[in-house]
Amino acid sequence: MRAPFTLALALVVGGAAALAAQEKPRPKVTDSCLDCHTVLEHPAAQKYAEDIHYARGLTCAACHGGDPTAEDMSEAMSSSRGYRGVPKRSEIPQLCARCHSDAAFMRAYNLSLRTDQLAQYWTSVHGRRLGQGDTRVAVCIDCHSVHDIRPSTSPLSSVYPPNIPQTCGRCHADVARMKPYKIPTDQLADYQASVHYQKLTGGDLSSPTCATCHGNHGAAPPGVASVERVCGTCHVFQEQLFDQSPHKQPWEGLGFAACSTCHSNHRIEATGDFLVGTGDRAFCVTCHTEGDNGWTVAKQMHDKLTELDAALVQASGLLARAERAGVEVSQGRLRETGAREKLIKARVDVHAFNARRVEETVGEGMKITAEVQAAGNEALAELAFRRKGLGLSLLAIGFVVLSLWLLIRHLERPQNQAPKA
Amino acid sequence: MPLLEPLRRWYDERFGDFFSHLVEKKQVPRHRHTLWYYLGGMTLFLFLVQVATGILLLLYYRPSPGEAFESVQFIMTKVRFGWLVRGLHAWASNLLILTAMLHMFSTYFLKAYRPPRELTWVSGCLLFFLLLGFGFSGYLLPWNELAFFATKVGTEMMAAVPVIGHWLVTVFRGGEQVTGATLTRFFGFHVAILPLLTTAVLANHLFFVQHFGMSVPPAIERRGQTRSPMPFFPNFFLRDLIGWYVALGVLAALAAFDPWELGVKADPFAPTPAGIRPEWYFLFLFQTLKLLPAKLLWIEGEQFGVLVFGGAAMLWVLVPFLDRNPEGRSGKLFTFAGVVIVLYIVAMSLWGWRG
Repeated sequence: MRAPFTLALALVVGGAAALAAQEKPRPKVTDSCLDCHTVLEHPAAQKYAEDIHYARGLTCAACHGGDPTAEDMSEAMSSSRGYRGVPKRSEIPQLCARCHSDAAFMRAYNLSLRTDQLAQYWTSVHGRRLGQGDTRVAVCIDCHSVHDIRPSTSPLSSVYPPNIPQTCGRCHADVARMKPYKIPTDQLADYQASVHYQKLTGGDLSSPTCATCHGNHGAAPPGVASVERVCGTCHVFQEQLFDQSPHKQPWEGLGFAACSTCHSNHRIEATGDFLVGTGDRAFCVTCHTEGDNGWTVAKQMHDKLTELDAALVQASGLLARAERAGVEVSQGRLRETGAREKLIKARVDVHAFNARRVEETVGEGMKITAEVQAAGNEALAELAFRRKGLGLSLLAIGFVVLSLWLLIRHLERPQNQAPKA
Repeated sequence: MPLLEPLRRWYDERFGDFFSHLVEKKQVPRHRHTLWYYLGGMTLFLFLVQVATGILLLLYYRPSPGEAFESVQFIMTKVRFGWLVRGLHAWASNLLILTAMLHMFSTYFLKAYRPPRELTWVSGCLLFFLLLGFGFSGYLLPWNELAFFATKVGTEMMAAVPVIGHWLVTVFRGGEQVTGATLTRFFGFHVAILPLLTTAVLANHLFFVQHFGMSVPPAIERRGQTRSPMPFFPNFFLRDLIGWYVALGVLAALAAFDPWELGVKADPFAPTPAGIRPEWYFLFLFQTLKLLPAKLLWIEGEQFGVLVFGGAAMLWVLVPFLDRNPEGRSGKLFTFAGVVIVLYIVAMSLWGWRG
């Protein structure tokens, strides 16, 4: 249900933004740069009509300097009028920040827009390297594009959530570009194989993208110590349970990153009960061997989870059978939702690596499942009663119909007809 | 029935021989189209099923947005045989409109509206429109998603009525939107106003049927193809009874094997779900209005459609006064028009059904 809701929300927000943009016509400004460069079919000028800055009435001079009110080119592009031409890459963050870090200025355009992007940027790996003179790193325009910058709510924007992996991947999946930095380039491919990407492209805009875990303007790898905190932003209970678990201390000592040790970092696959326990695909058997305590706990947790899951499948099947036959089972379905919630909770409880905890939650789930099963059996009994009742009623109706027909035949025999007057 | 004889005598002494005539002297013509005569009785039977099951549903139904859906759910799950009563009510409403429709078209094609039975036809048409009113108002009462949005679309169409359109919508909705006020109003229409009007019109219709007797199609009459008539009581009545029992069996089987779904509770703030369409008997109207262009002649397409259908309904009621020579040229023209109307309704309904 979450994905369609998020999609609907995005459409509403996006639609509202588009409407707002449509409703507010561009303020009338004199922009001789744009006038001439449009005539000259300059690509930047052609793209600029799509840009949010254009829509808000900003002229080319806002970034490039000069005098857009001057009709004479040499005057408009004179250094005496502040013309600076194409800014250097190293200057771009400060150039954008002249407005975007000015809270008072930005308030006139978008009250909710943050103004700490530059400060964040200097903390990022990109920013730090730029500060050291490496101009190959990403600056504002690499992610946000240039001359056709759209708000992040626009599906055409390079920073619209589903477009972010490709935006980051343009550099980070480029082997040649990443070679000097000696970092892997398989993150995009791995992420695209993950459950997060699957949800994101399925319409769930809240599903994490690169920027969710690494930060956007302050982009940096989370590091071993903070992986758990990053995942815990969304998976709150898993993080809390892991903190109480027997794995916490030893893993820290061994330098294992909490969540990604089992779930990986970019290629995070959809989970299932098979990932816990002693089966071939279980994470636990990577470290634990038969006979040790971890092996036993893993097996107990797996058995309990599958016990509740199987019981729920069976009880749900009973309700489905009755429902298909037309019996109202909404109350049973409501209980089933309660049991499913317990199963989800038990699956979360696994992160405490405590078999007793899982067992308790599963026990609560089994109690509710028994009620679901009872509701299913009751519904099927009701169905059988209806069918038997219908059979008997039809027999009685058939008997009456036959009797009436015989009565009519009897009445209409010539000898029983009343003599005609 | 010797026991009832004194009672009958007592009645006849005061009110004449209306019922004695019905029992002793009423005759039903016999010919190859006699079968169509049973549709009127079948419609009456299904109407009585609606009255009986409707009264039972009233014991538990609560007409407010906060309780309507839950009360129907309670009827279906907790009330003993509640599922059966609701199932019968929902299915019988559909079969009732079907038999009423068949009855109306059979009388049309058999020219039963010709003098002196004009008023039998007019009262029958009015009854049919009242039944459609029952269907429309009753559909909203479970307050589920489908009913809510279908009512929203349905009442929106009223706005297309010239001059009084907006006023009509406000009266039916109890405001600008479909809300709890609409539910209360529809409930009032469904259980008070429409039953009152229907009882009055039905009494007149039955009186006219009894007074004028059953019509023999002109072609059969002309060729003298009738056999000796059948006494209404008990011969025709017993046959009627067989039909009613069979209908009851069919209704029970439908209620048991294909119960009317309750769906999900209406959420006025939810977006209109895809594929919303009215009940099958309004589909041809809905489909036609959907196909009309935004502007037709000098008025809006929907307004044009509503005007045409309103005019057509009026002409339909006035058929006995328009078909001046049912056995001649005009009669043939009306039969042809009837065939076109039936084909149009069937085709548009199927089109609307397939989406």
